[in-house]
Amino acid sequence: MQIIENITIIGGIDKQGMTESIKEFLISQGEIIGVVGPTGSGKSQLISDIEQLAQEDTSSGRQILINGKVPDYEIRNNPRKKMVAQLSQNMNFLADMSVADFLCLHAKCRGKEYIDVSKIISLANELTGEPIKSNDNLTILSGGQSRALMVADVAVISESPIVLIDEIENAGIKKHEALNLLSGQGKIILVVTHDPVLALSAERRIIMRNGGMRNIIHSSKDEKIASKKLNDLDRNILLLREKVRSGEVIGKLNFEPAF
Amino acid sequence: MKLIIVAGTPGAGKTAVLLHTIKLLKGKDIKPSVVKIDCLSTDDDKRFAKLNIPVLLGLSKDMCPDHFSIYNIEEMIDFAVNNKSDMLIMETAGLCHRCAPYTTNCIGICVIDATSGPNNPTKVGPFLSCADIVVITKGDMISQAEREIFRERIIEVNPNCKIIDVNGLSGQGCTELANQIRLAKTEVSNNELLRHNAPFAVCTLCVGEKRVNKKYHRGLLRKIDGLQNYIGE
Repeated sequence: MQIIENITIIGGIDKQGMTESIKEFLISQGEIIGVVGPTGSGKSQLISDIEQLAQEDTSSGRQILINGKVPDYEIRNNPRKKMVAQLSQNMNFLADMSVADFLCLHAKCRGKEYIDVSKIISLANELTGEPIKSNDNLTILSGGQSRALMVADVAVISESPIVLIDEIENAGIKKHEALNLLSGQGKIILVVTHDPVLALSAERRIIMRNGGMRNIIHSSKDEKIASKKLNDLDRNILLLREKVRSGEVIGKLNFEPAF
Repeated sequence: MKLIIVAGTPGAGKTAVLLHTIKLLKGKDIKPSVVKIDCLSTDDDKRFAKLNIPVLLGLSKDMCPDHFSIYNIEEMIDFAVNNKSDMLIMETAGLCHRCAPYTTNCIGICVIDATSGPNNPTKVGPFLSCADIVVITKGDMISQAEREIFRERIIEVNPNCKIIDVNGLSGQGCTELANQIRLAKTEVSNNELLRHNAPFAVCTLCVGEKRVNKKYHRGLLRKIDGLQNYIGE
């Protein structure tokens, strides 16, 4: 597989047909980029443009370059050569088959001969509440279970140098663990999020407005400190969440908001 | 005359995909005529007419819609010729998964809905396996993994087809489809053949018998155990 040093997003037009403020944006190997903006601002379209390695042929008119070059047709269309793994906002599977069959079939599509189904399922189960079993039908999985399985599937089977993650915080799964699982060494990662904990942990973030890339913000020193505090706060909230979920009664809180 | 035949299950997005594609073709100074075949009634002809192109509507009523479109193909081509069009685009009603109305020299396009499940490509028949181009719609509604499985299943059934992912709402992917149509070279002849035979059914039901029980039926009939027999005089 081709080594990806960087990708370039060449700006197109926003929903009004106006040229995007950001004309060109280069992302290098190993970077995690946040994508933020109000709902309907075009975050998912940006992700989908990258997934398809758009060549001015989508509604945004953007173009995606790999290592500064136009990727060839095979790379754009053959799943065996695909360089992009995507976790979309979908929370349900529609395929009527068992979890194990699904994982094996998907591995075959990606040209993988052997996969450890039980390992993938146990990775998924670390992210969700009630465990998924290999003979469960995909369609009966809950939103959280489906999402956890999608994360494990993307991490192990779709393992690709570019990873796109759309609102991982939505399904009530463990988002930090999920993000760790998805983001390996040297990958390019884009995280669409409404969650300040995730948004501020990215080194740079794209601000979306009205279908276009409006601005790029480098996280400042203050933001980095805020991000760390938010992380601690978030960890406490997640601990509480697990306790509430498992039916415990919560006593006096022993942590103070850090602001 | 270039003939484009578009087949696919109801609701897969044939009309939506075509509306976007025709706009793009018109932008390249191509003049298409459209024939829309349906069974009982449709408003789709009005949607096509809004694009300012010649539109002919065919309602098959009591006849099998695919048989109807095959039987009327000369009239359709004449319609496009009389309107001085560069190509004829025919959208079939496409219902039973068994027919493939593609002829040898047409450009056969199958529109298939990704939400119909990964087993669907192996269930549907020649309208997928004989197509030149397979357009997958509604891919944005399923996970990337399911999309990849769906695509693989299509390749199993039709290894030589060109697959294009299209979003019928936004028109994403239609540029590629329009390019494929524009660059195709084949023209229809006067002796077109079907790529795949249509299913036959010559029986009392075909001429309007409504009673259900077996004793009322004559013709070439197939039993559920697979035995096929001629019953009659």
